Amino acid sequence: MRGGSLWQLGQSITRRLAQTDKKVVSRRYFASEADLKKTALYDFHVAHGGKMVPFAGWSMPIQYKDSIIDSTVNCRQNGSLFDVAHMCGLSLKGKDCVPFLETLVVADVAGLAPGTGSLTVFTNEKGGAIDDSVITKVTDDHIYLVVNAGCRDKDLAHIEEHMKAFKSKGGDVSWHIHDERSLLALQGPLAAPVLQHLTKEDLSKLYFGQFQILDINGSTCFLTRTGYTGEDGFEISVPSEHAVDLAKAILEKSEGKIRLTGLGARDSLRLEAGLCLYGNDMEQHISPVEAGLTWAIGKRRRAEGGFLGADVILQQLKDGPTIRRVGFFSSGPPARSHSEVHDESGNKIGEITSGGFSPNLKKNIAMGYVKSGQHKTGTKVKILVRGKPYEGNITKMPFVATKYYKPT
Amino acid sequence: MALRLLWASRVASHLRISVAQRGFASAVLKDLKYADSHEWVKIEGTKATFGITDHAQDHLGDVVYVELPDVGLTVSQGKSFGAVESVKATSDINSPVSGTVVEVNKELTESPGLVNSSPYDQGWIVKVELSDAGEAEKLMDSDNYSKFCEEEDAKH
Repeated sequence: MRGGSLWQLGQSITRRLAQTDKKVVSRRYFASEADLKKTALYDFHVAHGGKMVPFAGWSMPIQYKDSIIDSTVNCRQNGSLFDVAHMCGLSLKGKDCVPFLETLVVADVAGLAPGTGSLTVFTNEKGGAIDDSVITKVTDDHIYLVVNAGCRDKDLAHIEEHMKAFKSKGGDVSWHIHDERSLLALQGPLAAPVLQHLTKEDLSKLYFGQFQILDINGSTCFLTRTGYTGEDGFEISVPSEHAVDLAKAILEKSEGKIRLTGLGARDSLRLEAGLCLYGNDMEQHISPVEAGLTWAIGKRRRAEGGFLGADVILQQLKDGPTIRRVGFFSSGPPARSHSEVHDESGNKIGEITSGGFSPNLKKNIAMGYVKSGQHKTGTKVKILVRGKPYEGNITKMPFVATKYYKPT
Repeated sequence: MALRLLWASRVASHLRISVAQRGFASAVLKDLKYADSHEWVKIEGTKATFGITDHAQDHLGDVVYVELPDVGLTVSQGKSFGAVESVKATSDINSPVSGTVVEVNKELTESPGLVNSSPYDQGWIVKVELSDAGEAEKLMDSDNYSKFCEEEDAKH
């Protein structure tokens, strides 16, 4: 077997290296290995059989001793604990932090009740997505948000630039980047029962999208009932010096049912849940409307605008976007990023942006963009994989029903 | 399988830590021949059966799809003719021998995981009618292949 096309967690990397380049690859590799950042759980991962790979400048576990498929199935049956400390958590503070953030995101931040949050999109002047993020209004003068590891430098530079301009006009806002904290994600049916053992607060009162600062396992944590798998679960921001103890406590309390889970399974889970991966399903040139995230644009914001690219986005809301994100089932090999989508007559109508084999559904799933008008559920398509067309059809997402904890 | 040349070559360097901790070697069967691209072949007269080795399936992870060649296709030693896909990567399969495809393992369409669970037995991929029986000389025997795998893993 020789290297064919590769992708890693949605990053389409195609390598065709000749044998003779091997030394060059090694040298290049070792140079970058020394530069990889490590989370507080690095040694813990290695001790638990984690297979570490470079990801967004960090050394992260792609899987442990169990296979990616088993790990993905286990998350939905029992639960998973993910180290997502590579992601960037930050707080915006000051009496104008809400109007400040509203200039950069599509959410109705002012309308959020204290202690609640939402998925949102940072937009650019063209209405495209700079990044997606889960933001939480803790109080009127404190917003907590988490952005993608791969977008950290870009996002922080963007926020800082706009913050300087905002402050120069007299606005009261400052930030703190939580590099002293580590983010863990605990997902699955056992997440809440297990976490409840480690805190006195009644988690049954914390619903999807809600946030609390509370004591968990002896340290002050930021807890958000959210995640990237479609399961009920939490993201826990813990002081880094307590991260290993918290991870150990969670795994022990679950009596081994909750497993340390790596980025490979994380990608399968989010795909099954129909969630975008920034860099694949969302990019600088794709708007939240095109990405099917119109629901994330606050009602008031749709009327008022006031965020970067609002003119483009408001126009798309009026006219409808020209392309739309949809889900696909297909036969044959799994469709992958950049696979072309054709109609039954062979005309190109779109492109896949993420795809793979669904361990829970045991079939191929994918998401991508097609021309508006061709996007209806049930539309038969042909997807080109390695030059050959395979039958597929458009379907709704999520592929696996979500289990968010919401009030009845 | 030239994993050392793939994204996974970076994984393998990290894998070295976990492989040492796991402390086991992949299975290598005595009566088979091996290509340096990690295919095994069983030669019986003018017929040969081949697949990918335990070492290959272990590095690939869960196989979710096998692209099988058509019966009647001519294959050449060292040239790729199909692919094996796992959750995380696609890898071409090279034919370890030259000849004509006479049978493919249709079981793999329904159960691609056989390549992981039984790489030398139920996970066989292709049967060919050999065009040049002498070519087998160019392949490694089980001892040389074992050494080759150790050296390859140690380099990463």
